[in-house]
Amino acid sequence: MDNVQFLVGLSVLLFATGLLGVIIRRNLLIVLMSVELMLNGVSLSLVTFSVIHGSIDGAVFAFVIFVVAACEMGVAIPTILLLMKYKDSLDVSSYTELKG
Amino acid sequence: MFETFFLWFFGLLAMLFAIGLIMQKHPMRAALSLIGVMISLAAIYGILQVHVVAVFQVLVYVGAVMVFMIYVIMMLDDKDMAFIQKYSKLLVPGVVVFFVFLVAMIGALSRASVIFKPLESNSKIFTFEVFSEKFITHYLFHFELASLLLLVGVIAAVTVIKGGRHG
Repeated sequence: MDNVQFLVGLSVLLFATGLLGVIIRRNLLIVLMSVELMLNGVSLSLVTFSVIHGSIDGAVFAFVIFVVAACEMGVAIPTILLLMKYKDSLDVSSYTELKG
Repeated sequence: MFETFFLWFFGLLAMLFAIGLIMQKHPMRAALSLIGVMISLAAIYGILQVHVVAVFQVLVYVGAVMVFMIYVIMMLDDKDMAFIQKYSKLLVPGVVVFFVFLVAMIGALSRASVIFKPLESNSKIFTFEVFSEKFITHYLFHFELASLLLLVGVIAAVTVIKGGRHG
């Protein structure tokens, strides 16, 4: 296994671990952190492919991912605080209003 | 030689911290694990000679995003049900999805052998000059779109907080 395979495999594993965290965890904050982990896996693969092809394009899009992550945090944290205020819990299974 | 060793070292460290993130009970420990993942990835970017992304990984992710996250964790109380019981009812389907995704990705990547060129990092093409030149010429539209996204994010955050206060 060479370095490139290792890095691409690492980014797949980070994305999959983040996906697992989003599905199985109960705490909303940890779900949010798992989403960040998925974003990190994607930016690792972008940078790796950018280095392999010797072009800067992938690394430029890693910056766009940073912006997306910052925006996501800026909107998600006030939303979590509001949910905490209404439900008094961070348990994802207690938010059942959208069930219909 | 040293490059390969540190690449694997930080890669395995990132993976260990990622497993720690989904295993830890308390959000503060999970946040520290996530910071470990981000710093390990920044080290990997440094080894790959993409220093600009490594610097911003530490500055933006660890310096801004995670500090915000830790600030919120400190505001919440830890008697919550979500702090006592770690996993939701979707534990088994989640693990199944994890393995199905991994098998699908390994299958897809093992057939795409063309993309695996040797890793030759060239520090000349990943400098600040090249990045800034690309941003104001070739990627100007994307750059402006990202700044628009930040603006919309600020407006959304203020709206959420104001709506919560009056509603």
